[in-house]
Amino acid sequence: MREIMYREALREAMAAEMKKDPYLFLMAYDVGKYGGEHRISGNLYHMFGDLRVKDAPISEQAIVGCGIGAAVTGCRAIVEIPFMDFMPLCMDMIANQAAKFYHTFGGQMNVPLVVLTSMGGYIRAAQQHSQCLEAWVAHVPGLKTVMPSTPHDAKGLMHTAIQDPNPVIFIEHKRLLPMKGPVPEEEYSIPFGQADIKKEGKDVTVVATSFTVHLSLNVARKLEKEGISVEVVDPRTLVPLDKRTILDSVKKTSRAVIVHEAHVTGGFGGEIAAVLADEAFGYLKAPVKRVGAKWTPIPFPSQQEDAVLPQEADIERAIREVL
Amino acid sequence: MESLKKLDKDLVERMHEGMLRIRLFEETQSRVFKAGEQEGFTHLYLGEEAIAVGACLNLTPDDFITSTHRGHGHMIAKGGDFKKMMAELYGRRTGQCLGRSGSLHIADRSIGMLGANGIVGDGNPIAVGAGYSIRLRGTKQVVVSFFGDGATNQGTFHESLNMAASWDLPVIFVIENNGLSCGTITESVCRVLNNLGDRAAAYGIPGENIDGMDVVQVYRTVGKAVERARAGEGPTLVNCKTYRHHGHFEGDVDVRSPEQVKEARGHDAVADFERRMLQEGLITEQGIRERRQRIQRLIDEAVEYARGSPRAPAEDAMKFVYAE
Repeated sequence: MREIMYREALREAMAAEMKKDPYLFLMAYDVGKYGGEHRISGNLYHMFGDLRVKDAPISEQAIVGCGIGAAVTGCRAIVEIPFMDFMPLCMDMIANQAAKFYHTFGGQMNVPLVVLTSMGGYIRAAQQHSQCLEAWVAHVPGLKTVMPSTPHDAKGLMHTAIQDPNPVIFIEHKRLLPMKGPVPEEEYSIPFGQADIKKEGKDVTVVATSFTVHLSLNVARKLEKEGISVEVVDPRTLVPLDKRTILDSVKKTSRAVIVHEAHVTGGFGGEIAAVLADEAFGYLKAPVKRVGAKWTPIPFPSQQEDAVLPQEADIERAIREVL
Repeated sequence: MESLKKLDKDLVERMHEGMLRIRLFEETQSRVFKAGEQEGFTHLYLGEEAIAVGACLNLTPDDFITSTHRGHGHMIAKGGDFKKMMAELYGRRTGQCLGRSGSLHIADRSIGMLGANGIVGDGNPIAVGAGYSIRLRGTKQVVVSFFGDGATNQGTFHESLNMAASWDLPVIFVIENNGLSCGTITESVCRVLNNLGDRAAAYGIPGENIDGMDVVQVYRTVGKAVERARAGEGPTLVNCKTYRHHGHFEGDVDVRSPEQVKEARGHDAVADFERRMLQEGLITEQGIRERRQRIQRLIDEAVEYARGSPRAPAEDAMKFVYAE
């Protein structure tokens, strides 16, 4: 199978959907001729023109609000907030408007809107360009939260996100954007709420998301040589969450480590740990461990960022602790 | 003040009818709310009737409006149904939003009313989006965004006007300038309160400062803006000076002195308009009484309908979280 980059996979899905629906548009600053802050939109401006691939002022509230207003009046929108750190600027539009329209108005108006954003550090970008705020959006009923870890998943989940009649927070990772992987040329969609077992194993379950899936896989391969068999489960979407696959895996291995790049405290890992405590307590042979960022903003110099963000060594240590 | 005789007689009737529909609905709502018949909070449009009516008389059912926490008047002016509205305010299953959202979130998508909104200033970006949608779909619709003077100090005001202006979107921004930002006197936090329309200059679009108590002036000014918008010439900002007769919400402590409240209630768009109609021989005292009685009957029926409707069932709270 051909291999393309994560960002190309996203673009491919967006382009295919835009060809199908003349009322689907993409809006953000830099999304047009510039090709997107993260080079995701690329040549879409030249393919679809100014109205469909729209450069916006740096006005996060108006960008998301514009997407909502268009979405409830006959269009569909993808709006890009290039860094998740900027999402607080438009969190009101996301949490108070997009998430609540359908419920508040008793089903009169749904909001087919994709908010495309990026998470994550390991790029020496400092405190305001490195955060993982997925727990913020996963906490709001009415939103769906998607965070693919591979080019293959990125394409399939983007198709699903655009076709979904609800607001979807689609979170890519800056380190994953240039990553290449096998991606079918034909169109396919991956249902939300369907976790993927990235590697099968029998001794311990690692539930990991986004970039940390790859860190976890590296650790799993390393431990394999010692005869430790690690299963890596990638939920792919936090809302809806595929509890079944996670529970089945943990019931099989009896041990669980939850890994995410976000801060441990208040992170989505706590939610997964609670699901395990509620529904798999009797199967557990060790306490559930969480691995994530330490309790400080993310500094930029490598020695500090590496000390704060979860590393392979942290994941390995946690796995050894539960074995 | 312009002679009403210059206007089509039917239009004058609709102005009167429209303002009375809001006035009587809100007076009734105030009464039943204070009697403890409803839960929650309710913000009344009393005093500001001329703005919603004057603006919406320029619109077709296909056009859109966005609204505020004080949204009953906008809903009625756009053609809202008394029964479904009242049932919503009573939290009944027959309500416009299934009785789950109440006064703060009255909405009717079928008449282009995109929702009363509990967040001050949030209607503006949504209105811009509806305007963008009109551009993309290539129709001749327009959007009117209603918001208060308080909302002009939100970031959304700046972001929305700049965006709509940059792209010549068909949005009319209508400020309902009652001089109050919730419980704060806006003058104390805004130097240009009386001339908020002048802020349009910052975005390179036309801005007007008008008497929002004169339904004819609102109708004419917004009409011109609607024409501009339909012609693809972009947005307009219309600052309508008005008076809020009641507090921020019913049962609220009014930040104004009793004298200021009395003064505000002395400015009465409905009474003024009726006086003009009488002076120009366009209606009789008897005619006014009959119209009021006819509308009041409809509202009373709506109240009875709401009272007789089943309460929104608890289990319905979980419905419509996600669309299928």
